[in-house]
Amino acid sequence: MRLEPRENVSLALKALAPTLAIGMAMGFCSLLIIWSGASPLEAWGLLLKGSLGSTFALTETLTRATPLIFTGLAAAVAFRAKLWNIGGEGQLYAGACMATWLGTGLLDLPAWLMLPLLFLTGALAGGLLLLGPTLLKTKLAVDEVVTTLLLNFIVLLFVNWLVFGPWKDPMAMGWPQAAPVVDSAVLGQMIAKTRLHWGFIIALACAVGAWALMRFTTWGFEIRAVGHSPQASRFAGIPVNAAIVRTALLSGGLAGCAGVAELCGLKGYLTLDLSPGFGYSGIVVAMLAALHPLGVVASAMFVAVVSIGADSMSRALNISNYIADVATSTALLAVLVSMLVSRYRIRWR
Amino acid sequence: MYTPKPALKLSNITKRFGSLVANDAISLELAHGEMLALLGENGAGKTTLMNILFGHYVPDEGRVQIHGKTIPQGSPREALHAGVGMVHQHFTLGENMTVLENIILGTEPTLSLSLDTATARGRLTTLMEQFGLAVTPDALVRDLSVGQRQRVEILKALYRDTNILILDEPTAVLTPQESDHLFETLRLLVDKGLSVIFITHKLREVMTASDRCVVLRHGKVVLATRTDETDIETLARAMVGGEVPRAERVPGKTGEELLRLKGITVDGPQGRALLDGLDLSLRAGEILGIAGVSGNGQAQLADLVCGLLTPAAGTMAVGGQPVPRPTPAGMVALGVGRVPEDRTGTGLIGDMTVQENLASEVYRDNEFSRFGLLNFANLRRRAKALIERFDVRCPGPGATTRKLSGGNMQKLILARVLSGQPSVILVNQPTWGLDVGAAAFVHRRLMEAAERGAGVLLISEDLDELFQVTDRIQVMYRGRLSAPVRPCDVDAAQLGLAMSGQTMNLAQATPPAQIPYPATCTHRETRS
Repeated sequence: MRLEPRENVSLALKALAPTLAIGMAMGFCSLLIIWSGASPLEAWGLLLKGSLGSTFALTETLTRATPLIFTGLAAAVAFRAKLWNIGGEGQLYAGACMATWLGTGLLDLPAWLMLPLLFLTGALAGGLLLLGPTLLKTKLAVDEVVTTLLLNFIVLLFVNWLVFGPWKDPMAMGWPQAAPVVDSAVLGQMIAKTRLHWGFIIALACAVGAWALMRFTTWGFEIRAVGHSPQASRFAGIPVNAAIVRTALLSGGLAGCAGVAELCGLKGYLTLDLSPGFGYSGIVVAMLAALHPLGVVASAMFVAVVSIGADSMSRALNISNYIADVATSTALLAVLVSMLVSRYRIRWR
Repeated sequence: MYTPKPALKLSNITKRFGSLVANDAISLELAHGEMLALLGENGAGKTTLMNILFGHYVPDEGRVQIHGKTIPQGSPREALHAGVGMVHQHFTLGENMTVLENIILGTEPTLSLSLDTATARGRLTTLMEQFGLAVTPDALVRDLSVGQRQRVEILKALYRDTNILILDEPTAVLTPQESDHLFETLRLLVDKGLSVIFITHKLREVMTASDRCVVLRHGKVVLATRTDETDIETLARAMVGGEVPRAERVPGKTGEELLRLKGITVDGPQGRALLDGLDLSLRAGEILGIAGVSGNGQAQLADLVCGLLTPAAGTMAVGGQPVPRPTPAGMVALGVGRVPEDRTGTGLIGDMTVQENLASEVYRDNEFSRFGLLNFANLRRRAKALIERFDVRCPGPGATTRKLSGGNMQKLILARVLSGQPSVILVNQPTWGLDVGAAAFVHRRLMEAAERGAGVLLISEDLDELFQVTDRIQVMYRGRLSAPVRPCDVDAAQLGLAMSGQTMNLAQATPPAQIPYPATCTHRETRS
């Protein structure tokens, strides 16, 4: 067996490959469901019903998709420039910390001023957190995978110290959490009696904005060029390092927005379980979307559907909800393989 | 002529890649003790054929017989075992190992605890004496010259009991003298019973060295003949498939000095100066050629003029304006057009479109972007116009650059560079790997630019190109330049002496009679 590259990859094939891949991932998970003694058809039905089957279910899914869109965009933008930002989790918390610092009493402005300010400063915090590893990369060629990944733990421990120490809310009955944000800093509900907040719309706007930036602007052109070939970009006179630094601020900023949105829209106060690893899931979301900013919305929805749906499925059928993680992971692996394979044809001999 | 059993016989080899037929029913025979030249342009199918012979590719049809035995398809090991050895154009030697270690590498059993170097050394010494290939066994490969490295590669093949030796473009990296020496060595090998195939596109080598030659074009054998029954013109026509396009340089008047380098020094990683107090002056309307064996500072000279390098000492001035800290964008702004050596890695961004690559030096101009927003209409119009003007064969401005052929990539780079009407043009190996037609196109465009009043600095390892295109030639050796000479005042052998550092004064070099060079430059005599 050998692989030969295809000269032309048709659009149909490009679309077919990930669809088939997700089908295969579902097939694999069906085996696991059968193994745990349930009917896969019933299980998948429950999963869809639990995530999309009612207004409540749908709003829960969209609420879950919101941070994933932000962190997915953060990864997609950075990866386009071959800046391997694995630090989305830390940048998310940096944004949340900034919003907590400013939003729990330090500032009290009208909401129309307060919320944009919190998003901007939260984005700045996330961006600045990524700036350090990025400058180390551009100036000293330090591998940013290592530095951004390890920064996550530093930031988490820092948040740990904050919520157990100086920021601990005395009104929280001893729970390690910071004080709630002031009323003007709360992102309102989009639909009454649901948890879906306006952060979702901001996330969608960011996706469109990121797409437009990459597609129509000189900055986007520079980011794509540097991602494809730093050497050729430098030769052509494109400011390579400036483009990478801008990418870092944008990527870290988007991850920071995820933290602000979760804090101001959903939780209301800073805790250590603000994010169950949205920063890392963002990488999966971005890869599933082939780094396309609009695709990120779709793949964030996919991941949200699977994880929200799996909760209700597992309650009804007594299957572990880890099936959601398995489904997402196998889908990612299958999509990555399918993207590779769609560029080659397999020759048997 | 009857040959009992040919050393190598390829019958009816056909290999397709998708719709492309790389080899179309090629049959070829190589007799014992014969030197065969395999000739053809890029893309003619030479490399595919050799890869099939070596077992890297499986042919769709046909078979390979070595010493009358059919070799199983797709097995490099079988080919090696049958005695086929290959010397690649880019050497496959461990730089920080000795000659001896390189030669025995891969021949020792993997699990043996001790290396039997004494026996190996003995065998190597015998081989060296037998074939007149002298190399110090304990020298580090890193310290060897290119010619010596090639000798090591040949010894490596001989050590593995090779009796059919294939060399891919063996003279591409050699000086004329080193090439002569190589062919003397190969002749000796052939006299001792080896069979040799060398791949080339240099016609003079075919005429002087081979017994027989086979010309490939578009995957087919178009000519197979004894070398003494043919001539250069016939071979050239067979290779190109018609008349050979040639650009004829008619030097014009030179004007003011456009580029001046004075005392430029660039230090290398090991303290050795890569450019050593280099002086250069380029005038309007002239084409100045820089000859030399690669690795003598040409890359640094190119990087300097491209704006990628700041010299440790010395000054550079473009159009009389000093450039203390060159940057790529700064050099473009000063009117320097730059055609790099590495088209795919440096010149173009393969995964981006033709339009985007044409935009990469100008996208910030007001015509193409306002307030950070790209003006796609103007970019597309410009791309379409340039594609047309420079005859870039591609499906359109949106085509992915990586899928273009080498010649079209070079046209694309030329389009980008020349559309800016540069006053200084640096071109580094502009026709490397191009077919004759594309090379002539490149030469014509450079000459047009010079006629327009630009100064062209042409760095090349191809002496034919330098003789054909330039008005003055300087030879680069260890970071310095020889005094300039007119091409009609020197021949290849004189240049060769300077390229190997034996003289820095070309006019005084007294060459031994070697490669005859058809330097016809009557029109140059009239120059002042």
